[in-house]
Order: sequence, then structure tokens, then C-alpha cells
Amino acid sequence: MNQLIPLTVAVPLLTAAALLAVRPLLAGLVWVANLAAVAAAAAVAVMLAFLLRQTSTDEAVYWFAGFRPSHGVAIGVNFVAGPISVGLALIGAILMTAALVFSWRYFTHVGTYFHGLMLIFLAGVAGFCLAGDVFDLFVWFELMGVAAYALTAYRPEERGPIQGALNFAITNSVGAYLSLTGIALIYGRTGALNMAQIGQAAASRSGHGVVVVSFLLIIAGFLVKAAIVPFHFWLADAHAVAPTPVCVLFSGVMVELGLYGIARMYWSVFGGALGHQAALADVFLALGTLTSVVGALFCFRERHVKRLLAFSTISHMGMFLAGFALMTPLGLAGVAVYVAGHALVKGALFLCSGIALHRLRSVNETCLHGRGRKLPVTGATFTLAGLGLAGLPPFALFLGKGWIEDSARMTWLTVVFTLCAILAAGAVLRVAGGVFYGLGDPPREDPRMEAEANEETGETDEGRQRTPLTMLIPPVLLVAGAMAAGVAMLVPGAGAAIERAALRFQDQAAYQAAVLGPSGHGGSAAAAPVATLHPVEPAAVTVSAVVVALVCVAGALALAGAALYWRRLPVLRRGYEPGAGLTEFSRRFQSGVINDYVTWLVVGLAIIGGVLALITGHG
Amino acid sequence: MTYFPYLVAAWILACGLYGLVTNRDLIHQIICLIVVQSSTYVMLLATGYVTGGIAPYFSDVPGSPKAVDPVVQALALTDVVVEAAVTALLASFAIQAHKRFGTLDPQDLAEFKG
Repeated sequence: MNQLIPLTVAVPLLTAAALLAVRPLLAGLVWVANLAAVAAAAAVAVMLAFLLRQTSTDEAVYWFAGFRPSHGVAIGVNFVAGPISVGLALIGAILMTAALVFSWRYFTHVGTYFHGLMLIFLAGVAGFCLAGDVFDLFVWFELMGVAAYALTAYRPEERGPIQGALNFAITNSVGAYLSLTGIALIYGRTGALNMAQIGQAAASRSGHGVVVVSFLLIIAGFLVKAAIVPFHFWLADAHAVAPTPVCVLFSGVMVELGLYGIARMYWSVFGGALGHQAALADVFLALGTLTSVVGALFCFRERHVKRLLAFSTISHMGMFLAGFALMTPLGLAGVAVYVAGHALVKGALFLCSGIALHRLRSVNETCLHGRGRKLPVTGATFTLAGLGLAGLPPFALFLGKGWIEDSARMTWLTVVFTLCAILAAGAVLRVAGGVFYGLGDPPREDPRMEAEANEETGETDEGRQRTPLTMLIPPVLLVAGAMAAGVAMLVPGAGAAIERAALRFQDQAAYQAAVLGPSGHGGSAAAAPVATLHPVEPAAVTVSAVVVALVCVAGALALAGAALYWRRLPVLRRGYEPGAGLTEFSRRFQSGVINDYVTWLVVGLAIIGGVLALITGHG
Repeated sequence: MTYFPYLVAAWILACGLYGLVTNRDLIHQIICLIVVQSSTYVMLLATGYVTGGIAPYFSDVPGSPKAVDPVVQALALTDVVVEAAVTALLASFAIQAHKRFGTLDPQDLAEFKG
């Protein structure tokens, strides 16, 4: 069964290589490439589903070429399959399958390059999730990154895609190189690259400063990928211009991988050696809250639907980071469920906006107003997904958010999260009501937004008369899946199983034992098992979670209604535009120029580094 | 062990970042990104350096002499491959930008703001 682990990476890579090798033969036979790519992605999904079942009780470790650790020292390169890592890769494979089916009839001219890049991206996702040593983590990260940069600039004949891809590539590459510097430092300190081994060695040696610096540098790359404020600028630029099926993967799984990288680094490698858990948790909690608020505010004032969804992703990433920062099993279990539900719902939202682009030639809310009424199924799916984003029970998002808040037991956090979710989901529902049902008044045209809307061409065919089924079925299935996942969590034992998986993810000693064998010496150096620090809270549906979720949905609906009909509100003076003063400020902030983004990256890193130095400097 | 190579790596990194922040030309920026990456080569090779160590192939050397760490050399080699891929891709973007819009200034390319 362990043989499946490397196959999840090998199958997409080999399929991509084969497709690119026979590319000249496939001219005019694009369906062959489509079929092969969908089959490969679906095969990866099935294999990962099997692995998820298998790893529900224990981590599965695969050593390449059979180089097993001897006397507790890792020599070879390994993949470690646990429920959280396999689950995240599975989300990636499912979204990839949906995106490939969607793009079957979507593109005007789709070459085999697109399929090859998508499959390489999938291999990068799976490899990143399963990698057991830090250098391979970096290599998979870069493989995924390079495929993603190329996919972003799929239409290089326009200004936007070039700008988006360049900003994306340069910021993420700088982040990745900082990670590599951190990897070099920790290798110099511990002489190990295997995560379990670094964890053992780092905790038992002197030189705490080097450990802190290398932790900071390694997570810098992942903070950029996870689009945490102030490292988030590239995300909206890349999402606005990447082909819509690619956006599904960016929002649904790629940025979440950044967060997974941070969590993996903390819990499997650095947790024991760093110490100061409570103070570090506060840093991550502050970053997460800031990200959530900034993302939600930018989301609400956006009229370009793909950018709007991108800012909503940033807002949710903040919530995920805050959930991780609780350092509790229930908090992490909540994040896992939240990420799964968010991926499916956000995928459906992007695919629906892709259908709107295909049929109506625009993704601008202003010029689409009311024109979506001829797309009833798309409109219903989009609306339902928007409600799911607000946390309507029984969507999985409602459970995830509820668990995080149950575990946090901080009223201010619940209030902030609920306000952010109301803003982000309210913006999505405003689009749903305005575009697909023609509610409210058409928003005033902003000349700059109009210019952006006119750029939206080329990606797909001239407006067709009907939506192909291959484009309609994936979003419907994704929304249904998000609901089914939420219902499945209500089965007795399901919540507890996810919490156990989270508990195992946070248990550094167990990870070391699983990878290096029980004989691995220095087990005492690992972090104290989480279970002794935090009582395991029951993963259940609490009354307060349901109330908060309903408040959130009602608030989002009310906000969407107010945003659509605000011109008719008597209290406002004529000509008042909400947030008009904010536009100039935000334009200066999110300038679209790479120099500013790198500046923010350096400044943000310096601030976080300073805080970490203060924390760890005090004994 | 000396700290000098690490200071060199940090200096190269700082130079690259400074260039990325201040330059208004895509080609310059791509080169600055290469400079940033070059700091990782120095860093990797510095961590594996052994004073007086020989190159790590042993087949025709008697005994077990001191040698520099071969692992970091493999890592640096992989790093070079990564750099080649990223740089080629970025250069192709810059060529497209120049061909279609006649500019290499990131500020002129910025279509989305705010």
C-alpha cells in the first residue's frame, strides 16, 4: 500500500512528460490531451483517497530506493503520509480534476502546454504535502511555483497577465530563496535535512539564535505563499489575470499550502526547539487577525469579481492562520475542515464566474449587472456557494469556523471573524444578487474598472449561446460536495477522527517515532505532547456556533441588500459613494508595482523578526 | 569556523533586495533576483565547507581524508537548476512585455491598482 505514496507524484509528472513529448502528434486531437489529463488527475485523487483511509490510524512512511534510517539517523529521502497532509493533497487533486473538466470546452486555443503545466502543478502540490525533508519541500515548492507562474501568464498578449505573473513570480521567488537560506542555516546547525531529525537535533544543541533565524527565514517563503498581510499583494494581481480554472487551484489549495508549510515547520520541526509557544501563538494570531480584516475590507470594495474572490481568500487565510495559532487540536481540526469547505466553495465560485466570462464576456460586476439572469443554474450555484461562504449550515465551513471559535473562547475573535465573514460573503452575495438576479440599481461605472473589464477577452470563445455541461457540472458538484462534507462531519465519530488527526499532527515526538523508528534517541527533546497542554475539547456542533453562523448569514444577506439598494436609502445624501475616500488610499497601498511589494516583504519580515527576537531573547 | 562567508551571503542578499526595491527596469530586477539567489549558493557552500577538506570523491584516495560536505553541493546544484527555470520564465515575460507594450518599467505595466 505504501507504494501508492510515490505514485501520487509520479503519475501526474509522467503523464505531463508524455503529453509534452507527443505534442506535435496531438495537433487537432486536443481531446486526447484533455482525457489523459483528467484521467491522471482523477487517478491521483483516487490514490490519495485510499491513502487517507489507510493513514487514519498511523502515519505511512515511504523511503525512496529503500534507504531506511539506520540507528535513528535518516540517510535517504522520504515521503510521510498523514491524514492532514494527504487530505490537503486530495483537495488539490479534486479541484484539479474539476478545473480540467471545466477547461475542456472553455479555452479558445488550448494547447497541450496547459495540460502539462496543470499536471506538473498537481505533482508539486502532492509532493509538497508529502515531503519529509526540508530541501525536498523547497524543490516541490519551486516546481509548483514555476508551473503556477507560467499558468498565470497564459495570455501573455495582454498587460494584466504579464504584470500579475511578474509580481507573483518575483515575490514568491524571493520568499522561496529566503526559505532556502533558512534551510542552509538549519542544516549547518543540525547536519540534517529530514524534518524529524532536525527536530531532534535542534532541540538538543546550543545555538538557539540560529534556530530562530532559520525558522523565520523558512516560514518567510510560506508566509508569502499563504498571502499573509503584508506579504499578500501578489495574490490579487495573479488571481485577476490567471485563467479562471487556474484560479480555482490558486485559491483552493495553493495558498493553503503556504499555511500547511508553516504548520508543518512548527509542529514537526521547530516546535520543540523554539519553545515560547504562547508568545509565538500571539504573533500568529495577530498576523491572522490583521490579514482577515484587511482581506475583508479590500474584498468588499472590489468590483472585479475574480479580484473580489481573491481578497475573500486572503480574508479566509487570516482566519486559518488564527486557527492554527490557537495551538489546540480542536483549532487545527477546525482549520482542516474550514480549508476543505472553503476550497470546494471557492472553486465553485470561480468556476461560476468563469461561466459568466464565457457567456457574458466580462467578470466586472458593474457591466454584468442583471445580465446573468439568463444563466439560472449558474446563478443558483453562485448564490448557494456565497451562502456557504457565509457559513450557512450544513456547509463544512460552518463547522470549521465554529470549532475554531469554540476552541479560542475569545469573544473578540468571534466578533472580528464574524464581521470579516459578513463583509466577504456580503460582497459575494451582492455580486450574486446584482449579476444573476438583477437586484438593486446598477452601480455607477468607474472608468478605471471599465478599462479593466475591457481587457477581459481572449481567454475563452466568443459568447456562446448555451453553457456546455462540462462547464456546468463541476461547480454544481463542488457546492454539493461542500455541503456533503459538512453533513458527513455530523456522523458520530467523524469530528473526533479529525481531531485525532490534528492531535497527531501536533505531536512532534510521535512524528519522530513514526519517521525514525521508536529507537530514535533524544525523544525527550521533542515538544511536550499537546494533549497534556490543552485538554482535548469535543468536536461537536454547539448552539453558539449555530447562532453565530445564522447571524453571519443574516448579516451577509443584509449587507448585500444594503449594498445593492443603498441609493434608495433616504438617510444618505445624493451622490454619496461608500468607500470613495478609501479608493485612493488602497490604490497607493496595492500599487501593482513589484518594487513596493518587495519593500513590504522586507519591512514585514524585519518586524516579525524583531518580535521573534524579543520573544526568544527573554530566556 | 569563521563567520565571514555568512556575512558575505547576507551582504549579497541585501544587495539583491536593495536592487529589487529600487530598480525600475524589469531586466535589472530579474538580475537582482539572480543576485538574491546567488546568496543562497554562498550560504549553502559555506555551511558545508571544511577547512583543509578535499573535494568529496573518494574512489582513488586512500584512507578516509577530510572532505567538504557533498550534500550541500548537491543542494546548490539543484538550486542552479531551479534558478535556470525561474530566470528563463521571467526573461520570457520581460521579452513579451517589451514586444507588446514597448516598456520594461513595472510602473507602466501596472494595469491593476487598488
